[in-house]
Amino acid sequence: MKTSKFLAATALSATAFAGMAQAEDLTLCWAAWDPANALVELSKDFEAQSGHKMNFEFVPWPNFADRMLNELNSGGKLCDLLIGDSQWIGGGAENGHYVKLNDFFDKEGISMDDFAPATVYAYSTWPKGEPNYYALPAMGDANGWFYRKDWFARDDIKAAFKEKHGRDLAEPKTQKELLEIAQFFQGREIDGKTVYGAAIFTERGSEGITMGVTGALYPWGFKYENTPGKYDMEGAVNSPQAVEALEFYKEFYKTATPPGYTNSYMGESLDAFKSGQVAMAMNWFAFFPGLYADPNTGGDKIDFFVNPPQNNPGSTLGGQGISVVSYSDHKDAALEYIKWFAQPDVQKKWWSLGGYSCHNAVLNDPGFKDSAPFAGDFLEAMANVQDFWQEPAYAELLLAMQKRMHDYVVADQGTAKEALDALIKDWTEVFEDEGKL
Amino acid sequence: MTDTIADRAARATPVPVARRIRGLSDRAIAWIFVAPTIFLLLAVNIFPLIWTINLSFTDFKANRAARGTEYIGLRNYERILTDSDIWLTMQATAHFLFWTIFFQVLIGFTLAWLINRKFRGNDLWTTIIVLPMMLSPAVVGNFWTFLYQPQIGLFNYIVSFFSGVDPSSFEMIGSVTLAPWAIVIVDTWMWTPFVMLICLAGLRSIPDYIYEAAEIDRASKWRQFWTITVPMVLPFLMLAVLFRGIENFKMFDLVVQLTGGGPGSTTELTSINLKREAFEKWRTGYASAYAIILFVTVFGLASIYVKALNKVKER
Repeated sequence: MKTSKFLAATALSATAFAGMAQAEDLTLCWAAWDPANALVELSKDFEAQSGHKMNFEFVPWPNFADRMLNELNSGGKLCDLLIGDSQWIGGGAENGHYVKLNDFFDKEGISMDDFAPATVYAYSTWPKGEPNYYALPAMGDANGWFYRKDWFARDDIKAAFKEKHGRDLAEPKTQKELLEIAQFFQGREIDGKTVYGAAIFTERGSEGITMGVTGALYPWGFKYENTPGKYDMEGAVNSPQAVEALEFYKEFYKTATPPGYTNSYMGESLDAFKSGQVAMAMNWFAFFPGLYADPNTGGDKIDFFVNPPQNNPGSTLGGQGISVVSYSDHKDAALEYIKWFAQPDVQKKWWSLGGYSCHNAVLNDPGFKDSAPFAGDFLEAMANVQDFWQEPAYAELLLAMQKRMHDYVVADQGTAKEALDALIKDWTEVFEDEGKL
Repeated sequence: MTDTIADRAARATPVPVARRIRGLSDRAIAWIFVAPTIFLLLAVNIFPLIWTINLSFTDFKANRAARGTEYIGLRNYERILTDSDIWLTMQATAHFLFWTIFFQVLIGFTLAWLINRKFRGNDLWTTIIVLPMMLSPAVVGNFWTFLYQPQIGLFNYIVSFFSGVDPSSFEMIGSVTLAPWAIVIVDTWMWTPFVMLICLAGLRSIPDYIYEAAEIDRASKWRQFWTITVPMVLPFLMLAVLFRGIENFKMFDLVVQLTGGGPGSTTELTSINLKREAFEKWRTGYASAYAIILFVTVFGLASIYVKALNKVKER
């Protein structure tokens, strides 16, 4: 008996030792925002199960792309796992930064059919739509809207709106209704304080104004190319619908946003809303759980709606997939994390903690729509998302758009048509350099 | 005969070493001392410069090194010099450069002239005036964004107090016409003390007897100022202009924090534009050509200026 106990103890120690010997330090890189905190919490389960230690490198959004792309371009070993922006997938794949995951998925029985098709297309595949996977959909996201439900419910405000517009004050059904509501609130006195219409994205430095403008362009039917994959942009990028949408966004900026709102993105939008400065604000769904939980402006004071359609429904895609960095010295452990993260139970917990799961087990659950006040809107948004170029030269394409849009919308230079024509010229130059035109 | 330190060191040097050293010429010894510096200079300055010149003739992209590199002759230079957007950034830089130097020299010299007079609290005022230049440009840029904020900004309220206009009716960093002046104001606020200090050094270097001689000759204060003070401070002033000119030509941090180059591209100075080309768009070849053009411009202008400065000194 003693011998058998001794043997069992030895075997256990050996197993434990073997486990410890394989335990590795993994670093996961992502943006510094609410869902990242949820992921830290979620990853504790992985640490307990695998014995690996998780470290996190979170970079604020305005510097996230700069910092991480520099890291990848220099072959850095800082990140073993990277939750990179959807637009990086082309560069990640073509420049060899991301590990191709097809064989791993096949071996571990991870099926992309288990994830929402729009997220697989946007976050995982390169070339687009081809079954070459470089990431597992990790965080679904889109640009949506939230508003002061308590203000919308006030009798005096409702009556004033009805008198002015001849209809009830409610969540907007079109982009033009959205503007009308924002203009209605612009400069209005509420509880002795001047408030403004809406907080929208106008940031110049990274991606802000592009993400905001596309929120208007997509519902107007904007297309990047006439024929997908042909880079024939003339007539698509500068179509009459695109011109109208861009003029609309400029009018929105000029007539329905707070003064000095010239360089604003996610943080400024949240601040403007939480400080009671605006009636409505655009932002990523990722922030909605935090907004709902806010003690001052959350709860029954807030509600959410999907980016309103105009000619068609359309929302700007956010969100990211999780990739294994090819320069990592801990690729096996990193793949282990992905295997763990892909499990339906983990995905359910991910959603419950505030992360936006892309797994069908979560999204198709009958109770999902009622699980949060914004869950239904999230599903609706994700059904009609459109993303920016995901080309390897995406940074050049994005910066060109940032410049042209900011020049037109904020700096008031030229016309919408001229801005879009100039954008086509810039993009054509990039694609010529890339050898694609 | 006194036993000097050199003699003691010579006696202490082992004979073989002493013999070897005795065999070296003065020139060789000088080279031994200078060689590490020259090596560092070559490695850190000259080699990168030559490498940048080489890259400027290619389509190299640092983030896509595996793609291969092609020599494209002068195409990068041609594209830069014919790009109207680049000329706009040059204009923005010239505006910034001219007006910051103008105001800094004017206010800096005036402050130095006032501080140079003997009065109570002179040292305290000098310390207070030089405080802004001791701050980090990033911090200055950041807190001026709050001062310029149309709804809560102190600057707008001060303007409103004196002019009567509504403080939220104008946006210093959001308006195309005001933003270029917004960055000039902040840079002037921050760096005028630097010009003042240099001018103060110039003013204090003028011997009192010159003024005393002028007094004896019954020269008016106005004449003393134009014939003694200004000519004798001029070399110092020109040096301050040179320093501020070079610094402001490569201005980056303060303006990035303040306006991010906006609204639109109104305050996008060449250094901001160059950074975007090099490290955001990763057009390394193009950015190298851009950097060379800027280098030649600054080097050329600085050389002309230094020659002028030397002539003024010789007078």
